[in-house]
Amino acid sequence: MTARLNPVLHALWPPALLGALMLSLWQLIVRGFDLQPYFLVAPTDIWVALTDNWSNIWEAMQVSGTNAAFGLLFGTIAGVLMSFLLSRFRIADELITPMSIAINAIPAFVLVSVFNNMFSSTSEVPRRLMVTLVVFFVVLVNVAKGLRQVEPVHAELMRSYAASGWDVMRKVRIPNAIPFLFTALRISAPLAVIYAYVSEYFGGAQNGLGSRITSNIANSKNAAGWAYVTGACLLGLAFYLIAIILEAAATPGGRNRNREGS
Amino acid sequence: MSAVEVVGLGKVFNAGKASKVDALVDINVAIEPGEFISLIGPSGCGKSTLLRLIANLTEPTSGAVTVNRKPAKQARLEQDYGMAFQQAGLFEWRTVAKNIELPLELKGWDRSKRRARAREMLELVKLSDFADHMPWQLSGGMQQRVAIARALAAHPPILLMDEPFGALDEMTREHMQAELLRICAETKTTVIFVTHSIPEAVYLSTRVVVMSPRPGRITAIIDVPLGSARDLDTRESGDFFGKITEVREALRGAEYGTVGHTTTGHSLGGADDR
Repeated sequence: MTARLNPVLHALWPPALLGALMLSLWQLIVRGFDLQPYFLVAPTDIWVALTDNWSNIWEAMQVSGTNAAFGLLFGTIAGVLMSFLLSRFRIADELITPMSIAINAIPAFVLVSVFNNMFSSTSEVPRRLMVTLVVFFVVLVNVAKGLRQVEPVHAELMRSYAASGWDVMRKVRIPNAIPFLFTALRISAPLAVIYAYVSEYFGGAQNGLGSRITSNIANSKNAAGWAYVTGACLLGLAFYLIAIILEAAATPGGRNRNREGS
Repeated sequence: MSAVEVVGLGKVFNAGKASKVDALVDINVAIEPGEFISLIGPSGCGKSTLLRLIANLTEPTSGAVTVNRKPAKQARLEQDYGMAFQQAGLFEWRTVAKNIELPLELKGWDRSKRRARAREMLELVKLSDFADHMPWQLSGGMQQRVAIARALAAHPPILLMDEPFGALDEMTREHMQAELLRICAETKTTVIFVTHSIPEAVYLSTRVVVMSPRPGRITAIIDVPLGSARDLDTRESGDFFGKITEVREALRGAEYGTVGHTTTGHSLGGADDR
């Protein structure tokens, strides 16, 4: 029952415990073996760098976070719209699905480099485009599956009710696809953040977490570098948490049926 | 004035290919209003196909189906029948009451009218306390009762059921059978019921249609004159066991491919009827 009342807390405590254990172990190893900062930085030193640089880190988090959020939003919208199209018209499915797979197989750095050439060097658009593209495919694949996977008994019932294609869409396909959409969001929220960082590596403005991490490490400011990494982890975690909170809010109880048995 | 009339009905799957199957051959049956008809036979005898043809979920290769004095397709479009399957098939994102309201929504009923009907149906299947529950919170038998309530929500004159109790345990099953008879008597619904179970067919039906496979055809139609008020005593009566034996023998005859092991004089399907 507690699992249903407080799914966020329930999802959070095991990884939090594991994280604390790993940090303690990390600190012990660095101090115990007297490791030098260029090799590995102790968590306490990272903490100091984090508090010292917090305002800069926070700014970089906002830049990368905004890029990730834009990409997540537009990728989700585009993915949902395209999945409707694919589930409605078989020809669209046959045309677009192979092309999506082909585009998806292009490495991220190629795409970001191409996008960077398209826009000015200070533009955030290439990064947002990259994130949008990644999210788009995750959402497209999952939601299209949800729209198509109608149980045969539901299809026959709707036919016996003389339901129109639009009725089936509204009353069966869309509700059926909603858990798939949230699964897609849960997968793509951390992906959006990761691709926002990665796309900063290939030129453009040096204002996000990805570029800050590279420049700090390159200048042997390892503790500061790790502090930015911590910021990156926090941002990723925040995105993931928002995704699972949305999922819990949108599907109260009903989706637990498989775990509850019937 | 039959509730359902099937004339010269045939269904061929994969016509023109090596995998061609004569699912049904020359099926003729007339079902009167208020009757409870069971279709029984081994797997592959076409009993579910026959039900689906009556429901116009699939089109016949030959012959005609008349439902509620209309062509089957028109009857489907006008929702003249309700349907229930082995799986309850409830929509898991809808509450119990909202599931029952779905066919009414599709008919364009307004909300207050839908609510009132859903309440009435829940009372009929004795689940009034569960209106706002989600389907997964209900047992298999309760889910099936909701499915029956949904099938009857628009007050259709005909109810088509495809092994609706097949997934239930024996105790629940007998209870559901009694409930179904009560509901059908209260609502005066004509029922066509596909089953694998001989006692179930005999207990529920006014007539049992025995079918055989390869090709799917009717081999016997057996009257079950056990009266309209059937209860636990019916299940233990000699007449009941007599009818079970009769159906079983008809099924055995069907298995060996001999046509017409029946004591009653109904018109039968099959080649020798032509």
